[in-house]
Amino acid sequence: MTQEELLAQIYKKDNKAFTLLYDSYAKSLYGVIYNLLKDREEAEDILQETFVKIWKNLDTYDESKGRFFTWLLNIARNSAIDRLRSKNFNNNQKNLSSDNFVHILDDNARTMNKIDTIGIQEFVKKLKPKCIQLIDLLFFKGYTQQEVSETLEIPLGTVKTQNRNCINELRNLLRV
Amino acid sequence: MNTREYIESGVLELYIFGKLSESENKEVQVYANEYPEIKQEIESIEKAIINLSYSVAPNLSLENFNTIRKALLEREASVVTMQPKSNRSAYLGWAASFLLLLGAGFLYFQMNQNDILLKNSNEKNQDLQKSVVTLEEQNKNNETLLNLFKDENNKVVALAGQTVAPEAKAKIYWNQNDHSVYVDASGLPEPPKGHVYQVWSLKMDPLTPTSIGLLEKTEIGKSRIFKVDNTADAEGFGITLEPAGGSAAPTLEQLYTLGKV
Repeated sequence: MTQEELLAQIYKKDNKAFTLLYDSYAKSLYGVIYNLLKDREEAEDILQETFVKIWKNLDTYDESKGRFFTWLLNIARNSAIDRLRSKNFNNNQKNLSSDNFVHILDDNARTMNKIDTIGIQEFVKKLKPKCIQLIDLLFFKGYTQQEVSETLEIPLGTVKTQNRNCINELRNLLRV
Repeated sequence: MNTREYIESGVLELYIFGKLSESENKEVQVYANEYPEIKQEIESIEKAIINLSYSVAPNLSLENFNTIRKALLEREASVVTMQPKSNRSAYLGWAASFLLLLGAGFLYFQMNQNDILLKNSNEKNQDLQKSVVTLEEQNKNNETLLNLFKDENNKVVALAGQTVAPEAKAKIYWNQNDHSVYVDASGLPEPPKGHVYQVWSLKMDPLTPTSIGLLEKTEIGKSRIFKVDNTADAEGFGITLEPAGGSAAPTLEQLYTLGKV
């Protein structure tokens, strides 16, 4: 299903539209939120907050703002970062860069039971450590190129292309 | 435009990550619409990223799905939810019925009250009309009496008490024009039960009594003044106590008052 076909269904805002929206994006957004908060209850709370915002502002999305997934991603990531910045998460924030999405995979491994998910996880673990760090900061944690350059001590001009190479690596592993 | 070079620059990944400025976003949008290979590349990157973030997420419970679905759909649908509405209308229905019943009862009560009031006021009205009639009658009677006393044509004959009742007295008002006769009986004692006073006009020589009426039904108001039959040629008047209904001839032993013209 293309984004256009998907949106045509979701804009109806009925029970079916919600199920489609949830099935298509909830878990991915939850992955991003959880990677930031590292707390399942807190992450579920922000996921709900994110969906409320999405549902409420669905009419304001248009393609000039980017991909629909990107629009959802920004809402989810900003909601989670806002929560991080508020009161109780100050201590955890210090450890942000040391924990990444691959560490989460190890934590989840015991409770996960979806075969295909475990399959992707195995591929993800095969990524170069440098790529894991780069994707973690740039995509999951929403760092700017400047911040990534400073944190990983790589030249600003190469962040974009290095990221491109890492995503290519992932795509080769996932065959997409 | 070298699309290959554009794709390899890594701008499309940042486009998916949401890390481009507004103008950069629009630029990608324009190229994506123009060059199918760019659009296809964008969709591939997106697919990889969605799968990546999906794979690192802990399991989401069915409970989470239901919680969010409730938060989104039932909030919006609450306006058209039928159950509470029908309940409310049922309650409203009962409440309305009760009020209607109460209202009907009140109206019935009021109708009865109005009936009673109407009846009462009708009675009052009748009473008032009676009073008016009574007053009119009294007025008429008073006028009659006043005329009786004022009229110079009336000859007043005082009747003095006799052996049976020495204290008794009476007055006769005898009009010389129309010969009408009125008797003031206020000086007579109340007649015993089963008896009535009878008034006689008298001719003296020889003594001839003629009945001119009983003092019972012709009283003028409550004045104790009675109208009796006319007489044209009386020389005296007498009043006797007779059995009820009166007598053809006076019972002289029961002569209460007597007077000469």
